[in-house]
Amino acid sequence: MTSLAKKAGFVGFIALFVAASMFAAMRYAEAQSNPNSFNRLLKPASERNAPPATDGIHDPTSDGTALLQTPLEAFDPLAKSNSGNYVNWNQALDDGGIAPWYSVSNPNAAPIVLDMNIVREVKGSMPNVVYPHKQHTEWLDCANCHPAIFIPMKGANQISMASILLGEKCGVCHGKVAFPVSECRRCHSQPKEAAARQ
Amino acid sequence: MQAAKIILFTLLAASAATAVTYLNPADAEYGDVVMNEFSDDAGMRPVVFPHWFHRIRFRCKVCHGDLGFAFKAGGNGINMLKIIDGEYCGACHDGNVAWSIENCDLCHSGMPNTPTQVHNSTSQKLVAPVAPGSVTQPDAGSED
Ligand code: HEC
Ligand code: HEC
Ligand code: HEC
Ligand code: HEC
Ligand code: HEC
Ligand code: HEC
Repeated sequence: MTSLAKKAGFVGFIALFVAASMFAAMRYAEAQSNPNSFNRLLKPASERNAPPATDGIHDPTSDGTALLQTPLEAFDPLAKSNSGNYVNWNQALDDGGIAPWYSVSNPNAAPIVLDMNIVREVKGSMPNVVYPHKQHTEWLDCANCHPAIFIPMKGANQISMASILLGEKCGVCHGKVAFPVSECRRCHSQPKEAAARQ
Repeated sequence: MQAAKIILFTLLAASAATAVTYLNPADAEYGDVVMNEFSDDAGMRPVVFPHWFHRIRFRCKVCHGDLGFAFKAGGNGINMLKIIDGEYCGACHDGNVAWSIENCDLCHSGMPNTPTQVHNSTSQKLVAPVAPGSVTQPDAGSED
């Protein structure tokens, strides 16, 4: 009796699984085959922060994948942003949403924070770039940037948007792990008039 | 009965295969690193390292300063010998700070044949990729 019920359950499960994956495949095929789908290149918001089993890089048939945490579960209580992980990591740090350790073994080690802004004037219409040491030294060590990525002298480094997009200078981190390049105003934060008044 | 089972399993395998084919790598979480310098060749699934998960627990400086991880996916020559000797992942995944290394599948959870890369990086997501050399001189006037 129990084995019969088990079998029925098993067959039901398989039928459901087959139906679900066929449905997903059909929807995908439809989006691909409609030449005038509304967004041809932009990814829909519903596909953000996908669980490991459907994110395309984890093997959904691995036992390990099923044990991993879903990003949305971790991000739910944290301050939000518009891109990347959709988390504002510095705000999460400031408001106590997260309290990452500064040492492998000592939860109480405190970071050495340097509060020094470097303003980089930008030609053209874009606001000037304010580089804040404070938000960086809360996460990083001086030696993570100096001298390999930046010579520690104001104006001594040539930086351009092209090099950032190619993963150099600020782009070593921004666009890979720190907030991505699409958030222009977080770097270009000083209006030209403010600079002129100084 | 036997035949029914075989049909069921074929169907299951076929649907799993279609589902897998239609998953899109561009849906991976921002900052996830696939490490596959040695894994595929050794018959293990590639390693997926989630930055988001670790930065909730540790500042960048702990790994990229104290533990010596260079800022380059696949650029540290990490292998299991170094890990069991307490280097790299092994500095924490030792059953003390975090669960230990016999949990192979938790790290080796990647889709086979996925190359080493940082997922959802700006350069990976550009609809129109920046070609090295074509725009490194912003003032010299680009082709558009
Ligand atoms: C600085 C310490 C540290 C280092 C270095 C480290 N980890 Fe972890 N890792 C942790 C901690 C702490 C956890 C949480 C453990 C727990 O849940 O008990 C974790 C969890 C994980 C998880 C599971 C995430 C989840 O969804 O639960 C994976 C996968 C992982 N680490 C992979 C790696 C890999 C691969 C490396 C090396 C490239 C690595 N880790 C290096 C501390 C570290
Ligand atoms: C995330 C990268 C990063 C980190 C981490 C960092 N810096 Fe800097 N630093 C910069 C940049 C960018 C500049 C500006 C360089 C320029 O304008 O060409 C700079 C400039 C400087 C300057 C020159 C200031 C001047 O007026 O000439 C000093 C000094 C300096 N940093 C010290 C430090 C110290 C000390 C630490 C650690 C507490 C540190 N930096 C951490 C990126 C960093
Ligand atoms: C991670 C920080 C950062 C982000 C994000 C960022 N920029 Fe920049 N941007 C810079 C820096 C640094 C410079 C160089 C300033 C200088 O000349 O010293 C720059 C320079 C520029 C310039 C001047 C020309 C050039 O190529 O150097 C333009 C235009 C510009 N950015 C536009 C943008 C736009 C549009 C966005 C959003 C899509 C953006 N930036 C996002 C940091 C950033
Ligand atoms: C070594 C890695 C690294 C480099 C290089 C780097 N950043 Fe950052 N930056 C970070 C991290 C990590 C944060 C924390 C926020 C996050 O992760 O999204 C941050 C935060 C910031 C913030 C704070 C945003 C806010 O809202 O509080 C600004 C502005 C910024 N970066 C600009 C720059 C500029 C401009 C450069 C180049 C001159 C640069 N960064 C280079 C890692 C880096
Ligand atoms: C628990 C350890 C750990 C922490 C914490 C950590 N990282 Fe990483 N990071 C790694 C590992 C592992 C790699 C991949 C190295 C490899 O493949 O050899 C990596 C790679 C990188 C890369 C290289 C990407 C490329 O271009 O190939 C960047 C940039 C980076 N991390 C930035 C950061 C920033 C910024 C933070 C803090 C917000 C951070 N990491 C926190 C472990 C860590
Ligand atoms: C904490 C994360 C982690 C765990 C747990 C882990 N590995 Fe690895 N393993 C790695 C990393 C990182 C690499 C390097 C990945 C690459 O570039 O291919 C690696 C590489 C390997 C390689 C190829 C290189 C070599 O050293 O021969 C094999 C084989 C391997 N692992 C087997 C295992 C087995 C078996 C287990 C379980 C007993 C295991 N791993 C557990 C992180 C881990």
